Amino acid sequence: MDSVRYDADRRGRRVPIALKILIAGGFGAGKTTLVSALSEVRPLQTEEILTGAGVDTDDISGVETKSTTTVAMDFGRITINDDLQLYLFGTPGQDRFWFLWDELAFGALGAVVLADTRRLADCFPSIDYFEQRGVPFVVGVNCFDGSQRFSLEAVRQALDLDPDVPMVLCDARDRQSGKSVLISLVEHVARQRGEAVSAV
Amino acid sequence: MRTDLPGERHEWLDDDAGPVVRPYTLTGGRVRSCADGFDLVAYVLAKPNPDLAAYPELHPEHRLLVELAGRGTPVVELAADLDLAVGVVRVLLGDLLSRGLVAVQQPPRATYLPDNDILKAVVDGLRAL
Repeated sequence: MDSVRYDADRRGRRVPIALKILIAGGFGAGKTTLVSALSEVRPLQTEEILTGAGVDTDDISGVETKSTTTVAMDFGRITINDDLQLYLFGTPGQDRFWFLWDELAFGALGAVVLADTRRLADCFPSIDYFEQRGVPFVVGVNCFDGSQRFSLEAVRQALDLDPDVPMVLCDARDRQSGKSVLISLVEHVARQRGEAVSAV
Repeated sequence: MRTDLPGERHEWLDDDAGPVVRPYTLTGGRVRSCADGFDLVAYVLAKPNPDLAAYPELHPEHRLLVELAGRGTPVVELAADLDLAVGVVRVLLGDLLSRGLVAVQQPPRATYLPDNDILKAVVDGLRAL
């Protein structure tokens, strides 16, 4: 893997390049399940703080009495090799927490939007978000209980997706299936840059 | 796990929003890091053999961060390991950065997407998993 660059700090210790991939979709679409299926470690949780004021200012007076609350973010890790790691972030499912997405999306390689055909409209906001920000994404149609109710083409029409956005059937519980979704995302990212990576 | 809500009702505070906390107690009320650029997946590297005794003002959490960052650890994993909110960890890391106790390795940005070799390595790596 000598073609892959790695970074070294001033003391010569190597740290991997970490790439962010977002796992989005409506509430209950299988985001946490997919992160769990793919992560090499038990999915971890971290929290971001919501506070009505104070975060955007340097005025800290009164912070000690301010009510704050937190939103949990699930994340998982896939080590590709010594120099490369993927971090998967399940996006907070509720619209009102989307201000957290801007940070998550910043610098992200791309996103997987999980669609549940029983509640297809739930993933519209995710698709809008990534389209507007130019974040490459693929749509994974999560086949709950192995049932496929609609053809991919019907789902594509219902989502009004650009023809070049890949759609894949998946089972969020299945690691191999999840891997295929990630592979189609990375290949999509490469295609957008005009450099196909797939030999298949 | 929330019990009584403190003070007035707040639009964020309901069952979906998680427990009410006072996360910034640890930072002395500071909500902004003194340094920008702690991306969630930025790697934090501790200075080798840091002389932490020279910094009596640091909290145990600061010291734990230095320990955890000895092998190079992303911000989000540090937050998970310490069970602290990311915002709090960023403030603490800013303290360490300003004292030269840690260095930060930023991830590649959207404007500098990984080159094709990296994408190919990711695809190959995923296939091989």
